[in-house]
Amino acid sequence: MSVAVADGVFVERADGVRLIAGRSRDDGEMRFPMPSGADAALYDPVELAPVGKLWSYTVQRFRPKTPPYIGADDDKNFVPFALGYVEFAGQVIAEGRILIDDPSTLKIGLPMRVAIEAFPTSTRGDVATYAFRPA
Amino acid sequence: MTDVHIIGAGIHPFGRHPAMTGLDQGVFAVREALADAGVVWADMQFAFGGSAAAGSADAALPRLGLTGVQFINISNGCATGGSSMLSGYWAIKSGEFDIGVVLGFDKHPRGAFNADPEASGLPRWYGETGMMLTTQFFAMKIRRYMELYGISETSLGRVAVKAYENGVRAPHAWRREPVDLDTVLNSQMLSDPLTKFMFCSPAEGGVAMVLASDKKMRELGLTGPKVRGAAVRTRPRGSFEVFAPSLDVERGVAPTVLASEAAYAMAGVGPQDIDVAQIQDTESGAEIMHMAENGFCADGEQEAWLADGVTSLGGRLPVNTDGGCLACGEPIGASGLRQVYENVQQLRGRAEARQVPDAKLAYSQVYGAPGLSAVAILEA
Repeated sequence: MSVAVADGVFVERADGVRLIAGRSRDDGEMRFPMPSGADAALYDPVELAPVGKLWSYTVQRFRPKTPPYIGADDDKNFVPFALGYVEFAGQVIAEGRILIDDPSTLKIGLPMRVAIEAFPTSTRGDVATYAFRPA
Repeated sequence: MTDVHIIGAGIHPFGRHPAMTGLDQGVFAVREALADAGVVWADMQFAFGGSAAAGSADAALPRLGLTGVQFINISNGCATGGSSMLSGYWAIKSGEFDIGVVLGFDKHPRGAFNADPEASGLPRWYGETGMMLTTQFFAMKIRRYMELYGISETSLGRVAVKAYENGVRAPHAWRREPVDLDTVLNSQMLSDPLTKFMFCSPAEGGVAMVLASDKKMRELGLTGPKVRGAAVRTRPRGSFEVFAPSLDVERGVAPTVLASEAAYAMAGVGPQDIDVAQIQDTESGAEIMHMAENGFCADGEQEAWLADGVTSLGGRLPVNTDGGCLACGEPIGASGLRQVYENVQQLRGRAEARQVPDAKLAYSQVYGAPGLSAVAILEA
């Protein structure tokens, strides 16, 4: 498998892929991804559930600007992709790319499972990133 | 304490002006505002101004006059213009100054705004994998709102149709051709459910305002709308903002709700008292959601309001009478002041073909990254 898009964003467990969020030691607030740098000391890492529910979504119909986007595609062969927020009950609502053939079948409330997507980049070859797909 | 009045207002038309810099357009607007009030730069005791992408506002000084005036550059995201306005308001309200200028201008390249993850405190991969676009945020916020409150895609289209109709009547607007509902709904889909004609575009323009104390205004023999309330508020916990890799499960209100409540409280009025409103319409969905966030209607009522033309010219509460961001485009540093400019024109009875009859109380609200909102309430 290719290298991860970044360290400490997700982890593979027996029951599926889990995102790694941070819980504030001060007030319990959760955020994804787990804060890095100086703020990391203020948070404890928490693995999110492998399945949640779709909270909202859209389809990215034009190629995002580079930088910051590093997809290996160009304006001519870009394929629109879906993305959205998934609510992990009692934890946090996290944003990610969505793996789906027909985005018109997406619906708020749909159960979604965390997956790993091989994302082709123009700078680092394929990288492994997390994504959501209907459970 | 003294009241604060707007005694002069100037604008450089919004749009694209290849031969002019952003600063050129800001200087133009200041000269217009000074001429409108019949005062000169040397009379100004302070200035607050800013742009997001067109340089320091105080670069205008060599062209306006090196009078030694204290000039403070403002940088506050999409609320830069609203923040300049509020700073000028405080300067006079405090009793420290009697008269001064607030200005905003900008000039952006075409297409979506470039985003830098690290400058926003976000991990690089968030932008690298294509999730750092303001357009996506607007699409996902209205998608959820539509589902929760029964707003149709037709209503999204109606907001845009109204904006372009109003833009035809506003000399400072950029897009001055009407666009019909079918064209709006069937134009290129950019980020579902929002089409090309439902989004505003980055643009250019400049706006300036001369503010004065009650006493100074009388001394000069001038009149002008009174600032009844002005407030800027930032995102509270649980709000849904641009560039958010995660959201709290416990949902909270938007910063606009806080800014709106604060401004109404200062003014001692409520949403039912407002005659005309300019509210942030980065895209059609934003206008719909901001109608409720500013207290004008309940969540979901927008569907009937738009079908009945309540917010059109001639309706009970005309909204975005100059076509808003949709028809004017969005030069970030100038956009909030453009709303105030339009309200000044309405309250002075100078809005010509788009005049709201007998407008006495006018409301403006600008929202933007990274999650802040500025509201101003003016009285004729």
